Amino acid sequence: MTVTNVQKDSAALTMTLTARFDAPIGRVWELWRDPRLLERWWGPPTYPATVVDHDLSPGGRVSYFMTGPEGDQPHGWWRVIAVDAPHRLEFEDGFADETGAPNLDMPTMNIGVSLSEESPGTTRMEVVTTFSSLDEMEKIIAMGMEEGIKAAMSQIDGIL
Amino acid sequence: MLIYNYMVVHHKDGQRDDHLFHALADATRRDILRRCLRDEYSVSAIASHYPMSFAAVQKHVAVLETAGLVSKRRRGREQLVCGDASVIRYTKELLEQFEAVWRGRLDRFGEILQDSQTKGAST
Repeated sequence: MTVTNVQKDSAALTMTLTARFDAPIGRVWELWRDPRLLERWWGPPTYPATVVDHDLSPGGRVSYFMTGPEGDQPHGWWRVIAVDAPHRLEFEDGFADETGAPNLDMPTMNIGVSLSEESPGTTRMEVVTTFSSLDEMEKIIAMGMEEGIKAAMSQIDGIL
Repeated sequence: MLIYNYMVVHHKDGQRDDHLFHALADATRRDILRRCLRDEYSVSAIASHYPMSFAAVQKHVAVLETAGLVSKRRRGREQLVCGDASVIRYTKELLEQFEAVWRGRLDRFGEILQDSQTKGAST
């Protein structure tokens, strides 16, 4: 089990996930730094991600899209707020339109990643997501869920 | 099911979201809310925890009440404040959906690391 702890604070609208990996910190960082590795885990198997731009420097942009079972392609972006390789990455994650331009009508969330090597070859990773309001959290999660439901439906179609 | 909830909350009572937004935007109010989720307290008991006037705390409680996050009930001479479970349950449910997304991501994350290790650390 990679996830060792989850803390959800309904009042502060934050979620903190802690995971431990049997890998040196440098290799764990690579999964964020290398766009080809990032796209292997960011999207679920039914919505694989394709990373288009990937600039992990402060103010830099990452843009990506995911391809759904019906060919639908939701786009997203990150704006890098802070980076200190291989220990810390903080970015804003938002939705984009089909051209990849940020959709300013949709809310964004803040994601902070902290890596630390607990012992040689064992790395602890903490991911803290913060939503700025319940209303925004609803919008973001409902949008993601819609994709999840579509994916589940197509799997059922496959079985039938 | 989540989308269903989403629509219920939004369409039934559009006014409520602004109140919620406002109520949860303040750290003291979130702290009061956390307290009232554990147990019922009188306003004066709540006020004893904060370096501010009773009136100021009473105002915070009123904002939480308008947002439907807490409710008051009378016991003898005092009024007890308790967290409203339905809104909190709803928020929790949203966070749980979100947790599932990230658990999926971190499971794949771990698998990739394991893969690269068995393949002899390709960098």
